[in-house]
Amino acid sequence: MSALETAAASISPNPSPPRIIKVDALARVEGEGALYVRVRDRQVQDIKFRIYEPPRFFEGLLKGRPFSDAPDITARICGICPIAYLTGASQAMEMALGVTLPPGPLHDLRRMVYCGEWIQSHVLHAYMLHAPDFLGMADAIEIARAHPGVVERGLRMKQLGNRLLEVIGGRACHPVNLKVGGFYRAPTVAEIRALIAPLERAVEDALETIRLFASFDFPNYEDDYTFVALKHPEVYAIEEGRIVNNRGLDLELAEFERHYGEDHVAHSTALQGVLYGDHGPAYLVGPLARYALSYDQLTPLCHQAAREAGMAPVERNPFRSLLVRGIETLYACEEALRLAKGYEEPDRPAVPVTPRAGRGFGCTEAPRGICYHRYDLDDEGRILSARIMSPTAQNQKIIEADLKGVVQRNLDLDDEALKWRCEQTIRNYDPCISCSTHVLTLTVDRD
Amino acid sequence: MATKPTLAVWKFASCDGCQLSLLDLEDHLLAIADTVQIAYFLEATRAVIEGPYDVSLVEGSITTANDVDRIKRIRKQSRFLVAIGACATGGGIQAVKNFRKVDDLIGAVYARPDFVDTLSTSTAIKDHVPVDFELRGCPIDRGQLFELLNALLNNRKPLVPTFSQCVECKRAGTVCVMVAHGTPCLGPVTQAGCGNLCPGHDRACYGCFGPTETPNTAAMARRMAALGVATRDVALAFRSFNANADAFRSEGDRHERA
Repeated sequence: MSALETAAASISPNPSPPRIIKVDALARVEGEGALYVRVRDRQVQDIKFRIYEPPRFFEGLLKGRPFSDAPDITARICGICPIAYLTGASQAMEMALGVTLPPGPLHDLRRMVYCGEWIQSHVLHAYMLHAPDFLGMADAIEIARAHPGVVERGLRMKQLGNRLLEVIGGRACHPVNLKVGGFYRAPTVAEIRALIAPLERAVEDALETIRLFASFDFPNYEDDYTFVALKHPEVYAIEEGRIVNNRGLDLELAEFERHYGEDHVAHSTALQGVLYGDHGPAYLVGPLARYALSYDQLTPLCHQAAREAGMAPVERNPFRSLLVRGIETLYACEEALRLAKGYEEPDRPAVPVTPRAGRGFGCTEAPRGICYHRYDLDDEGRILSARIMSPTAQNQKIIEADLKGVVQRNLDLDDEALKWRCEQTIRNYDPCISCSTHVLTLTVDRD
Repeated sequence: MATKPTLAVWKFASCDGCQLSLLDLEDHLLAIADTVQIAYFLEATRAVIEGPYDVSLVEGSITTANDVDRIKRIRKQSRFLVAIGACATGGGIQAVKNFRKVDDLIGAVYARPDFVDTLSTSTAIKDHVPVDFELRGCPIDRGQLFELLNALLNNRKPLVPTFSQCVECKRAGTVCVMVAHGTPCLGPVTQAGCGNLCPGHDRACYGCFGPTETPNTAAMARRMAALGVATRDVALAFRSFNANADAFRSEGDRHERA
């Protein structure tokens, strides 16, 4: 009997053996998770989305290390969104050290490499991890066999996202060229211009992708979510902005922890994000939140593609996050193209920084939602304390709430179908479980 | 038709970056899927085939009591077991905790330390079970991963160099950042394989491919000190992504105690 089954049995008030559906680890997410559901009298009584990823203690590991170590070390929190950590940590250190990246090429390179991460991460998730759910297939390889050309298009786009990461960052996973203050070496104009033609093709591929996804059947499910995302006055926020929500809260990064925090619950090694006050505790970060809060800053082509796909300016069905990822992929391709066309080599690859004591905050839009950093430095620039709030940790409570709603509405599904629907519900959030602790065992206990 | 060899991909404490390198083989992915039976790869598929497996790729380090048992079960089911990446071969960045009090670390991250189950160490796969081959790197190089699969399918030893980063720099004609610019660089004691990445970006190697064969870490440390690196920072340089690899751990120990 597993620990989870023991737990399930011990909290069951029912003397007759409960009906337990046990499923092995959750597939097609990055990391390891599990789900326990208890149903009595056709009512879902309890849901626990349990993360059993072994803890890695990043905040503790950073103590005493120089500020310049933070980007590369925190990048190792997640192999799929390292740019979120490299950029957020760099931004926080720049604030602590009193420097800012000037508008121009350094700023543009940071945004462009982030577009690369959005493209590779969104395409990986949408095509290879999430789309199979909508087609009733186990994986992208089945899709490739049934629909020649579709997966190839996804792989082509993903490869382009990786190429942006390689050209600007040095390599696709854990890029080496980013640092506090900018970059070690600025790419040449020729290197960046070579990306223009493939990006133009990727815009077409992204439009085809949105058309494909729009043809899928989306399960009916909506909620009145509290959406939290970065917001920038001019552009669709990716690498900088204020932290806003759809309930009127509009914060500087330094104010974030006054309104948002983390709970530590026994069933998970990931802390769970909470919003204090009337609109909490659960809140949603990621594509649905960004799209709802920054729809106006998308491009005309994105607006047209969204209308053709039947999307409203606010989407409250989490299964339709697949479509929003399609729109954001299109946006990232268009934005990278715009930046690539305008690129000129900077005078120097980085703004110089001098160690000093200070406190700094960083927050960027990882593909799966806001990723927050705070550091305190001593007068040698060594890290005294660190706080990192990953997007999946912040989404955990809303994932549990969705699961509760989805299970409640689908009690008539047989166990296997219900299990699959739960997995799909979790995958709506593209959960990077490595991040949040920095696969799902599903146990449905029903009478 | 002969049955296809089965491939399983396992994860322990890690960031998932190394196993995702398999999906980053975009040009070859569908061909690989035609050549091997992907029998267990949760990151990519919900379809699971029971073991035993011809090849197991193992990512991540061992950090919990449960994982000590799990890697033994995986070993029993695997004909050929390959540890992939710095976590699986050198304990990973989380092995920095091996040199700290684990209770302090838990307290720095978690409000309720009593909820957290963890060993006091993060260790490589070979510290627990016999390993048939190792791919280094944080993350692994996808070209080396492709070579590994190719070699295994053709019953030959993978061609993976064990010389130092310096050889890669010389071959690429990259100017030495340590000799020319006085930047302390771990290249002389680090295994090649990344493709001359950091020095090619005007940056010192930070050792993510772990120790090369017979590394002279003592000479490396003396050179760093001569370039003005404080003793404490010499220790930290060895205490990073391969913190528990033997040569790096012992050199780190020497400077932490100094």
